[in-house]
Amino acid sequence: MNLFKPTPASAAMKPLLLASALFAAVSLHAEDWPQFRGPHGDGIAPGAKLPAKLDAQSVAWAADLPGRGVSSPIVVGDRVFVTSASGPKNERLRVLCFRLSDGTLRWERRFWATGRTMTHPKISTATPTPASDGRNVYALFSSNDCVALDLDGNLVWYRGLGRDYPNANNSLGMSSSPVVTAGALVVQVESESESFTAGLDPATGGNRWKIERPKRSNWSSPVLTQGPDGQPVVLLQSGKGMVAVEPATGKILWQYDGRSSEVPSTTPSHGRLYVPSQGLTVLEPVTGGPPKQVWHSAQLRPGTASPLVLGERVYALNDSGILSCGDIADGKRLWQLRLKGPFSATPVVADGLLYCVNEKGLVQVVDPAKPEGEVVSELDLGQTVIGSPAIAANSLFIRSDGKLWRIVRPSAL
Amino acid sequence: MRITIPSFHFLAAVCAALVTPANGASLDGPLKVLKSVGPEGQGNAAASQAWPTVAAAGGSELTTILGAMDGANDYALNWLQAAVETVVQRESAAGRKLPVSELEAFIRDTGHHPRARRAAYELIVQAEPERARKLVPGFVNDPANELRRDAVQLLMDAAANHVASDKPAAVASYRQALLAAREADQIEAIAKTLGDLGEKVDLAQTFGWVTKWKLIGPFDNTGNVGFGKAFPPEQQIDPAAEYDGKNGRVKWVGFESKDDYGIVDFNKPFESLKEVAGYAMAEFWSATERPAEVRLVCGNGWKVWVNGKYLFGRDEYHTGTEIDQFRLPVELQAGRNLILVKCTQNEQKEDWTKEWEFALRITDALGTPIRSAQ
Repeated sequence: MNLFKPTPASAAMKPLLLASALFAAVSLHAEDWPQFRGPHGDGIAPGAKLPAKLDAQSVAWAADLPGRGVSSPIVVGDRVFVTSASGPKNERLRVLCFRLSDGTLRWERRFWATGRTMTHPKISTATPTPASDGRNVYALFSSNDCVALDLDGNLVWYRGLGRDYPNANNSLGMSSSPVVTAGALVVQVESESESFTAGLDPATGGNRWKIERPKRSNWSSPVLTQGPDGQPVVLLQSGKGMVAVEPATGKILWQYDGRSSEVPSTTPSHGRLYVPSQGLTVLEPVTGGPPKQVWHSAQLRPGTASPLVLGERVYALNDSGILSCGDIADGKRLWQLRLKGPFSATPVVADGLLYCVNEKGLVQVVDPAKPEGEVVSELDLGQTVIGSPAIAANSLFIRSDGKLWRIVRPSAL
Repeated sequence: MRITIPSFHFLAAVCAALVTPANGASLDGPLKVLKSVGPEGQGNAAASQAWPTVAAAGGSELTTILGAMDGANDYALNWLQAAVETVVQRESAAGRKLPVSELEAFIRDTGHHPRARRAAYELIVQAEPERARKLVPGFVNDPANELRRDAVQLLMDAAANHVASDKPAAVASYRQALLAAREADQIEAIAKTLGDLGEKVDLAQTFGWVTKWKLIGPFDNTGNVGFGKAFPPEQQIDPAAEYDGKNGRVKWVGFESKDDYGIVDFNKPFESLKEVAGYAMAEFWSATERPAEVRLVCGNGWKVWVNGKYLFGRDEYHTGTEIDQFRLPVELQAGRNLILVKCTQNEQKEDWTKEWEFALRITDALGTPIRSAQ
């Protein structure tokens, strides 16, 4: 039996059902983008329409951002949330809420890091992407400070995980983005010196559970997906393999001991797991034991960006900008397309098009349905972009070093 | 269709607003609750209940909330900071003025928590930027780096403006800035510019590194097991002793760092080795018993003891270093203090993993170097 078998719901209904099942929140819209790589953790915005042809008219607004961060924006209803860090040691942690309609700042809250803020200069204390259950926004920082705010900016709780567990950090910085479900906010905090993953009570921030993890650097993010009966399951990957845990309790459901990457994260799709692993390994979870390996491809090799699955094709983008397309049936590489790199951001998908943003801020729209893939449009934002974009309200949201951008079809405004 | 349930905090804030006290006295209870939060979410549930009352306070209560930061731990500071910002957001939206004079008086009282004073300063920046600018020169000797570095930056900016037209004035201003600076990025920037102007800066002296050490090693760290193993120097320090090391008998050897950045390089006396552990010891003389900080730079595994008391340790390798990378509070005793550093090297072979070294200085909480009295 496939633990990750899709529900029998129609394609149109699936997003809403899945969002409800995973987040169990009363005020999340199916079209919200509530976490890293979107509502299903796969980089896809079902039903969204974005402009295929980008130009200056596509930019609905660009809001100035204070400090610096490489986290992704998230979107809940008419609010766009971004984290940032400023100060001489990036010790001022910032959570900002913008109005989706016009990009004006609704509120901002600042905090003082209680943990270490040292990072590689390419990233920032504000590297993990926040998550929302529709009621609160949960922002985790590289310092392992974690804050819960309601959508109006009222403080729900604060945790200084970096202070509580002072060796669980990396001098290069931490980047794992949390996921939230009804039972817990899952934070994966893994490094050479101390590693753990914890399920925090979304209401109080207290530890519901905490498990030891392999002592090694890890920048990948947990993935929230579904078990066989629609129950939430969180996947934790590291260089030591992968485990699936029950988010409410931390109970380990299964373990896979094959190697997996410490940077790009696993992509769940149609009951299978696409695991970056010195190439790409596809796993199919089975009941009562470790998952079955379906195939491994050394030719499909994600860099920093996580893989994407669209229809019968899987896509892997490496750091220099080679986009490889493979067949999901066997991993056979079908074509490669050279994009203008370098890349850190994971591409996102809407209406069958891939939106790829390189580190120089060049947005490249790829039509993967063309025989060898084709870049159909470009837009140069002129600012460094490291974080992955978000899609909501038929808009593409990109955070660059200095701005938050909303890109939309002009006719949609 | 979106279904939204009003949040607990919204309802609590509405209720709290209806009973907002006219003075700060009745905030005492909620503020005490906020200050009771601790590690691992301790006190969070109660704080979540109390926070809306504090956040619903009027602008006149701002200095009361800021004052509650005095003696607060780092967790509580953030609960209080969020309340301050929520109050200010509401006051600003309502077009009400902030109590700038009270805030300025609050800043001038250096007994308040540095971050509370910084928060008060930023509120004045927001409300009356020109008034805030006039405060900055007065921060040059402030006991809080949160304010002091702005004054240092002001001196650096003034010096930069003089470089082309009046070099002596520029040098004087940079020198003044260097005297005031306590944070490494500013010290390095000033030293570089002075160097460009032909002025020598003794960086090692400025940072105040501990430079005279005795080193012993190598001990075995194969498989990184040596990090957790207590070799003889951890059990007893005897400068005259010899022990069995990884490659034969080992004994203490003298080492003096002449590096601008105080590097104590085990590779120099022991050659480039892998999977090894070494120890460094130094005597540090303090005129009085006093609180201080051990500030360490290290890209290897390390442990630090002062006077036999273990401070902290960490087994992370080759992920970068920076000045004051690790700050370890310590109580110095009057007279002789013995510092022991364990430094371990792992198995990596890449060029960028050769370093087997550390640097260490003793400072006060502000970052002012404390130099050994002998």
